[in-house]
Amino acid sequence: MSLNVLGSLATADGGGFQAPTAGEFYQPLLFDGPFAITRPAVVLLLSVGLIAWWLIASTKEAAIVPGKRQWVTEGAYGFVRNGIARDIIGSKDFLRFVPLLFSIFMLILVNNLFGVIPPVQYPTMSRVGIPVALTLVVYVTYHYIGIKRVGLLAYFKNLVPPGLPSWIRPAIFVLEVITFFVTRPLTLALRLFGNMFAGHLLLLLFITGGEYLMTTGGLGLKLAGAGSFGMAFLLTVFEILIEFLQAYIFTLLAAMYIAGSLADEH
Amino acid sequence: MDGTINGSLNLIGYGLSAIGPGVGIGLIFAAYINGVARQPEARGMLQSIAILGFALAEALAIFGLVLAFVLK
Repeated sequence: MSLNVLGSLATADGGGFQAPTAGEFYQPLLFDGPFAITRPAVVLLLSVGLIAWWLIASTKEAAIVPGKRQWVTEGAYGFVRNGIARDIIGSKDFLRFVPLLFSIFMLILVNNLFGVIPPVQYPTMSRVGIPVALTLVVYVTYHYIGIKRVGLLAYFKNLVPPGLPSWIRPAIFVLEVITFFVTRPLTLALRLFGNMFAGHLLLLLFITGGEYLMTTGGLGLKLAGAGSFGMAFLLTVFEILIEFLQAYIFTLLAAMYIAGSLADEH
Repeated sequence: MDGTINGSLNLIGYGLSAIGPGVGIGLIFAAYINGVARQPEARGMLQSIAILGFALAEALAIFGLVLAFVLK
């Protein structure tokens, strides 16, 4: 791998290889500008319709001995209800939040999986506005629950755990305020967005790079292009794992924040 | 070849910022493996904590990657 190779690549085909950039993610279908109807918007609507249709169709004649579709839906629902909601929030008042957590989980999971399913292949969560919208819902929820439980003043007082020496209380208070109001929503949204954005960009890079290597270049570079496609395959499998994981993590953290607001003592 | 280095400083920043999360994730999973080795029955309980810690530590690496692309 020497600089000569890169030189030959650069002069082979006009401008050379254009690496994928963040601009590739903007794909307007109708109109243009801030009110364009873009591809992620259409995919999001499609995913909501798909989830609604599946959930209704698989539980229509709900039997005690479940059929295949009902079993799959019940498995997913049980996973969120038991594994996430009940274990984190506690068995006393977790039922109120199961619809929210289940909706978030299914929405993120289906939209993430759209990133690797061939006709669609666009992870809608890679546009930062959509994770931000989901985070806003969770953010308002856990603050509202906490304030409704103990009132506004006591909510802020409870941010500092009791039993601390009084000279450290202001520092802890500032730290906790920043955590509750800034860090948590920021990291929640950016974690989902960053994972989906980076994953999709990696896949784009390996696939377009592999295609470029195979179409322009000598025999060695063609083999490198085949290797690049193989890498893209491995990364797709890895990407599916990451998508499941990110949906799970988002829902888990949302449940933990809600549980933190519901806790009796800090 | 005139001896200049082209490219963006963003990538150096990303490379530096990936050191911390790399070490952190290694520590988290080392602790998980140790815990399961000492008491295999605790596997389920420790798994959710390990996954949570992994996601939190990886978030910082993801910030670095995203900002390396987005900031010019």
